Amino acid sequence: MPELFPPLLTVSELTRHIRSNLEQQFPSVWVEGEISNLRCPSSGHQYLTLKDQASQIRAVLFRSQAQRLKFALQDGLEVLVLGRLTVYEPRGDYQLLLEAVEPKGIGELQLAFMQLKAKLESEGLFQESRKQPLPAFPERIGVVTSPIGAALHDLLTIMHRRWPLAQILLAPVAVQGEAAAGQITAAIQMFNQLSPQSGKVEVLIVGRGGGSLEDLWAFNEEKVVRAIAASQIPIISAVGHETDVTLADLAADCRAPTPSAAAELVVPDGTRVKEQVRHHRIRLERSFKSLVAALTVRVQQSHQRLPEPRLIIGHFVQRVDDLERQLYQKVKQWCRNIQLLLLQHQSAIWEANPLLTIHREQDRLVELNRQLVQGMKNSVILRRHQAQLPISQMHQLSPLGVLGRGYSILKDLRNGKVLKKATDTMVGAEVQGVLSEGEIVCRVEKILPQK
Amino acid sequence: MAAIKFEKALSRLETIVTELEAGELSLDESLRIFEEGVKLSKSCLKMLDDAERKVEILVQDKDGRKRIQAFSLEDSNSTES
Repeated sequence: MPELFPPLLTVSELTRHIRSNLEQQFPSVWVEGEISNLRCPSSGHQYLTLKDQASQIRAVLFRSQAQRLKFALQDGLEVLVLGRLTVYEPRGDYQLLLEAVEPKGIGELQLAFMQLKAKLESEGLFQESRKQPLPAFPERIGVVTSPIGAALHDLLTIMHRRWPLAQILLAPVAVQGEAAAGQITAAIQMFNQLSPQSGKVEVLIVGRGGGSLEDLWAFNEEKVVRAIAASQIPIISAVGHETDVTLADLAADCRAPTPSAAAELVVPDGTRVKEQVRHHRIRLERSFKSLVAALTVRVQQSHQRLPEPRLIIGHFVQRVDDLERQLYQKVKQWCRNIQLLLLQHQSAIWEANPLLTIHREQDRLVELNRQLVQGMKNSVILRRHQAQLPISQMHQLSPLGVLGRGYSILKDLRNGKVLKKATDTMVGAEVQGVLSEGEIVCRVEKILPQK
Repeated sequence: MAAIKFEKALSRLETIVTELEAGELSLDESLRIFEEGVKLSKSCLKMLDDAERKVEILVQDKDGRKRIQAFSLEDSNSTES
């Protein structure tokens, strides 16, 4: 029914018309575009603008839908969105209410994986320096996996075969599905809370058998990866087959490509360890034997260097003989000395005999008497002789006596000096010669000095 | 037997072998550690030979208390792959 005049409407009425038209026309639509102006306020709703080269449209992702997204929205991301068109009446803006968002050209999970990997990497969760060493000979091993999988069977079989000493503590968890990540995280935390008394394990294996990216997804979830990185107990990740690398693998202290490989990593090979023990045993025996042999040689050498016992005794016998002989000699010498001493004493006693003294004194008296008489005689003779001696000496000393024997004295006639040397006079001088009887005067003809 | 930890026993055995090979000990001391070494090597081998498979299961009750109980692989069905 056409109307002549355009209807007069309030703003609200018009807006309501537009909204119902739009909502009826676009109840559900896929739109392709690039995210921009993304805002994520604390309400949990996310607001964004979808644009292509020519146009743009506002869009809202409510919290309940946002939580279901595996990956994070970000500006510049090319996406395919499913939504319905609506109008936000207070502002008259039309916008898309998003039901689902998928990254364009790449899987949703792949994108989520890449985003979380980049985030956790930037936090340093995958750094080598965080890795803890695995124990060499673990006695208690914790396993976080499904109780009903081939993975557990393989793990237990191989661990037991290689290293039967290890005790296994299993935390059964779902490894896929909604509950998996929560259970795996809780199990890792539970193991870390165990005290040594209540069965603390030294190493943990967290894993499952292989599967699709979806099946393995729990091992890419942020809380699982963080729980692994935070674990005080060293963790070996064992997820899937060789080609699947999960974020859990990157955060773990050691990555095993499969559960079987984890079993081989976590425990030593008992056969080789036994071999090692036997080898130690052989070395032990060998070195002990060689020690004994060396000591035996030393004992033998020392034994050979011991002198003959007969020689030792012979030596002593000889010394005893020697000493005996010396003793004999000494005793003999001593006896001889005593003998001598006795003789000396005997003669001393004899010497001390008073009769001998008396005889000797008598002899002396006789001798003295004789000497007295003789002395007297001698004295008389001596006096007589002494009385005659000065007379003859006087005769001998008188120069006249000398003249009597033919000597003469020459004197200088002038001064009466006695001539003692030829030179006391001169040729032609007159000298007076005094003779025994009379004097003569002579003239010196020639002087002959002494030759 | 679990009282002697395997790793400790093995490392002690290695020490003994090294010491004995160095040959700087007295005969008495050598004899003593030789005997200790032989005992250790025997018990190490015995530990490995006699070990029994022990698997337990760690579960958490509704009230959050943790329990450890025996677990037998045969009890579970291992057909899922």
